[in-house]
Amino acid sequence: MTGTTAARTYRDYSQPLWRRLLISREAAVIGALALVIIVSMMSVRAFAQPITITYLFLDIAPILLIALPMTLVIITGEIDLSVASIVGLSSVTVGVLHQNGMPIPAAALVALLVGLIAGAINGALITMVGLPSLAVTIGTLALYRGLAVGLLGTTAVTEFNKFWTDLAKSKIGDTAIPSVVILIVVLALVFGILLHFTTFGRGIFAIGLSPEAARFSGVNVERTKFILFMLSGIVSALAGIYYTLRFGSARGDNATGLELSVIAAVLLGGVSIFGGRGALPGVLAGVLLIGTLASALRLANVTSDVINVITGTLLIASVVGTSFLAWARSKRARPGGTKGSSPTATG
Amino acid sequence: MKMLSKLIKARETGIMIALVLVVVVATARNPTFLFSPDGFRDLLLTPSILLLLAVGQAIVIITRSVDLSVGSVLGLTAYLTGRLFIDLPGIPIIAVFLIGIVFGGLLGLINGALVAFAKVPALVITLGTLYAYRGINVLWTGSDRINGSDLPSAFLSLGTSSLFGIPWLTIIALVVLVAAGWFLRTQRAGRELYAIGSDPEAANLYGLKVTQRVLVAFIFSGALAGLAGVLYAARYGTVSSQAGVNLELQAVGAAVIGGVAIFGGSGTVWGAAIGAFLLLTINRALPILGVQDFWQRAVVGVLIIGAIVLDRVLAVRQSRKLLEMRDES
Repeated sequence: MTGTTAARTYRDYSQPLWRRLLISREAAVIGALALVIIVSMMSVRAFAQPITITYLFLDIAPILLIALPMTLVIITGEIDLSVASIVGLSSVTVGVLHQNGMPIPAAALVALLVGLIAGAINGALITMVGLPSLAVTIGTLALYRGLAVGLLGTTAVTEFNKFWTDLAKSKIGDTAIPSVVILIVVLALVFGILLHFTTFGRGIFAIGLSPEAARFSGVNVERTKFILFMLSGIVSALAGIYYTLRFGSARGDNATGLELSVIAAVLLGGVSIFGGRGALPGVLAGVLLIGTLASALRLANVTSDVINVITGTLLIASVVGTSFLAWARSKRARPGGTKGSSPTATG
Repeated sequence: MKMLSKLIKARETGIMIALVLVVVVATARNPTFLFSPDGFRDLLLTPSILLLLAVGQAIVIITRSVDLSVGSVLGLTAYLTGRLFIDLPGIPIIAVFLIGIVFGGLLGLINGALVAFAKVPALVITLGTLYAYRGINVLWTGSDRINGSDLPSAFLSLGTSSLFGIPWLTIIALVVLVAAGWFLRTQRAGRELYAIGSDPEAANLYGLKVTQRVLVAFIFSGALAGLAGVLYAARYGTVSSQAGVNLELQAVGAAVIGGVAIFGGSGTVWGAAIGAFLLLTINRALPILGVQDFWQRAVVGVLIIGAIVLDRVLAVRQSRKLLEMRDES
């Protein structure tokens, strides 16, 4: 996360726009997604059915939601490992409050507030105390999960009003598309505009490329990061509410380990872990790619555990591939020239 | 230099005091926590496996990397251990240990090669191998599991028996700890790991073999996770495909609590080892103190955050002190 910026080249801009779009990481991920869909439709029985789409979106909705703020956080060169624990904490908040007689909408509001506070604690420790986000969010990953598990123990709250649990699983009109997709599309648009079409968003990229330079050009680095961690907290809480209603169960260990799936999907979507590079469409395609592969394999009766191998291998292949391409390009650009000082590997 | 070493010493002393405090308070509440053969044994035995992972993790973090795949490596080797005893009846125990360590080292080599040669951050690579190794494990194991009855009794007793009251597992872990501590403190290659973690570019310009050293650090971490996997099989007797899940964050947590800076260049394996002890001892002490053990993870979280805030405060104070010294001279 402390990538050197000295070796960054702007060679890319010597190409026309259509070519840049065509050879971009995002295009590669979207292409891979299209390929997977086409191959699955042809070779996997029962894949090309509306129900596939329904379950695909119901299952990956939490990852899609959390991937939005995570993309922005990672582009600033930070990381938030505590998201899945905030999902759990929010789920338990809804469950406990509802158990004590609070109606779902009010309980959900409190859960969102809890998520906001959890994100603000992350943000404060990172921007005000000046601690590395990796270490802070490993700590709060344990802390928030611990609070969630501590509040409910091994019990689960499963008594939810049928109206709300049905709403979480409902579809848009007669289509096979779940209603939650509306929420995802709205949020994706909000985050997409925020990242790609506002000064705030340009600031996010600037921070990722060089915090120093961003500060000198008038970006409020601390405030930007603080806001992003709060966004990450509140969206995770939202995902937690959805998760609770979708499965009709509030448990302390809900969504354990989800943070790794989210980060894997974001990185697969072409966001650089060093910060400063990435785009939301690529990330959305990355999440969909993993989700589609998973559901196609499940329908083809491959055990669902192969998906882990594929997620891992895809992630490694995508980053190593990019790195290899960059290396090959630098060879071609400077035949026999000095070795480019590529960014050093950092944790 | 003297001041720096003093400061680092203070860091480990602090966490040691915290550990002693936990043990004393828990023992005051319930004397069997320490003063019973079982209590004393568990106190030493429980953290031994995490200690090995924390030592490996500390070495990797010192070079400014991180190894998230250790839990998956442990799981794979633990199952391999069981399979070796089942498929090759009569295989010597020492051979199983060697195979486990070499196998773990190979998995570490894959991590290291990807990190060092492809110049991709360790966080990304080991996140990928975390999934991949675990997936391979699940594919291989399926719903199968290794049971205690599959393992030779001599091997199983290694996991629970003691020498002069100290469990064998703890002795093995301590030998590894001392060797790693000695290597990092006195050996040229060990010091170079700190140099690389402090500033990879400078280390490269200085002529250190950065790629090679980082590779070796990952092989270390993998081999220790492999050893931990064999010991896991000996300690618990049963191994399913979920052995060691989520251990990686505990290992990183132990190192961070022990004062290993997450961005490399500072910290010791001693600190990481005490961190591992503190994590799991608190875990066992909480029920005795009347806190439901559900809250254990929350306490761990507070500890990790407290430790990094403390490190930050110490670092700021030291840099201020150094500035004053410069201004005076």
